[in-house]
Amino acid sequence: METLEQIKGRITAIIPGARVDLIPNECPSNQPSLLIDQEHGVRIAEFLRDDPQLRLDYLSNVTGVDWPDTIVKEKVKVMKLVEGVETEVHGVVERKKQGYLEVVYHIYSIAHKHGPVIVRLRTNDRNVAVHLPSLTPIWRSAEFQEREIYDLYGVIFDGHPDLRRILMWDGFEGHPMRKDYVEPDDYEYEPTPHDEVLERARSHQARNAVL
Amino acid sequence: MSDAVVTPLEGVFAPLQFPEPGAPRQLNYSVAPKMSADGSVAGDFLEVAMGPQHPSTHGVFRMDVVLDGERVVKLKPVFGYLHRNHEKIAENASYLGSMPYTDRLDYFCSMTNNWAYALSVEKLAGLQPPERAEYIRIITAELTRLVNHVCLVGFLLQDMGALGTPLMYAFREREKILDLFEALSGSRMMCNYMRFGGCRVDLPAGWLENAKQVVENFPRFLDDFENLLSANEILIARTQGVGALSAALAINAGVTGPLLRACGVNYDLRKVDKYGIYERFDFRVPLGDHGDVYDRYMVRVLEMRESLKILRHALRDIPSGPIMDPKAKIRGFRPKIGEVYGRIEGPKGELGFYLISDGGPNPYRYRVRPPSLINLTILEDMCLGRNVSDVVVILGSIDIVLGEVDR
Repeated sequence: METLEQIKGRITAIIPGARVDLIPNECPSNQPSLLIDQEHGVRIAEFLRDDPQLRLDYLSNVTGVDWPDTIVKEKVKVMKLVEGVETEVHGVVERKKQGYLEVVYHIYSIAHKHGPVIVRLRTNDRNVAVHLPSLTPIWRSAEFQEREIYDLYGVIFDGHPDLRRILMWDGFEGHPMRKDYVEPDDYEYEPTPHDEVLERARSHQARNAVL
Repeated sequence: MSDAVVTPLEGVFAPLQFPEPGAPRQLNYSVAPKMSADGSVAGDFLEVAMGPQHPSTHGVFRMDVVLDGERVVKLKPVFGYLHRNHEKIAENASYLGSMPYTDRLDYFCSMTNNWAYALSVEKLAGLQPPERAEYIRIITAELTRLVNHVCLVGFLLQDMGALGTPLMYAFREREKILDLFEALSGSRMMCNYMRFGGCRVDLPAGWLENAKQVVENFPRFLDDFENLLSANEILIARTQGVGALSAALAINAGVTGPLLRACGVNYDLRKVDKYGIYERFDFRVPLGDHGDVYDRYMVRVLEMRESLKILRHALRDIPSGPIMDPKAKIRGFRPKIGEVYGRIEGPKGELGFYLISDGGPNPYRYRVRPPSLINLTILEDMCLGRNVSDVVVILGSIDIVLGEVDR
């Protein structure tokens, strides 16, 4: 099979404007992956499936990964007035690194018996811009797996034919596989309609417990 | 009895109301009118929930079926009743801590679940099991394949109405193999046997002889079983041409295992990936032609015969030696930062584990690729236009275990 660099080169040559990054993997498994952009996601997937050299006709595994917001501390030199004299001192700047949700596709070829080619898609953030293109129209096997990621991570797949919760029940709030999910202390607590009881009931709900 | 006595049920259920002749039809939510071409009502579509408590669903599983008479016009699988978020639990446990939990995924095949997980972690950490451990893994995995396939055939016939007898025959053979597992690991079904870089304990004294005995006797049972079943008129009538699946759709929908090979696609990970030491063994990959339920049954029976070939070979050639990689660490096991996807040919299809390590003692992300769940994707495509009785048979031929579907 071609190396990922060659695949990347061919994608960027055939699909104008597509952004593809190579994500290295240093551990002994040696499975690097390709990060593709959202706008050309479906087009790139179509290329991977239909290209006669690759023929990646079998999408094996779809995984959601949650990368929460992190705070990165950086050492910088800042000018500061020390005893009336402006001098250069070391300071620490805290910078918020935007978290994102990631979907990883492991794709193999049954026709040529090679693989995997690992493709990643990333959302812009974790709360609002959680839309990604669905690859279910390209590979049917993503249907239940993307539903599962929608259910457990909250990624909204545009173009998915039947995006509903799959493992949790309808009416469940929250996405339990996210790293910051706090489970309610009692799922089956049923409040009676009185003021102070309702007040107490609210503390049993996950989203209020976080706030 | 006086008129004043009121039975407890009275007042709970509304009395039956019969519509006036000529009145507009009252439709409740589960019935929708089927319109004929001239706009008149020609009958009803009936929505039926098959399951979750239904003996043919092999667990807590529901199919919302819309029926036109006896024909299926829509089918949506509903599951999650057994969901316990296995992946989240594993992300909060150490790498070794989720090994016993993998037994509970597909509780018929705990040895192959163990192997898939151990294989992924070994790829992640760069461990290499010694020769003897590889042989033990192949022996236990192929015995698991026998257990799974023989039980599946029993359950499939149970679904077709052959109550009891074939299943009991199958369970009798399964019990002999489970005795071997118990002697080896201490547990019949929840084996928890593999470790990263090898196996937990060595074979007990006399185990190989017992295993050889089981393997020697198994073909006779298979011949009996096949004599009774493979040319059976009822089995053929119920399975041939039922639930046929095309190879193109099967590949696109990610169907793996005996289902895919029944469509005639030659894709067996034991041959493709050559994980473990499978390349040393001489076996063939049985393929079907039509992709229907009968082909799936036949592929599984033939796979059992090929498994027996591997077992005979492995039980003869197993060397002595260590069973653990000396580099493997049980305590303080922290793989380097990175990620891995490892997969094996489980009895139900491709069983994979995707792990992301952040250098800590527990995986940052732990994902199971469940073959049962993904094989269910095409359940609706296979059932459309068939009768309800065929739905039961088709579901039985997919071979799902709800512990793995729901995780």
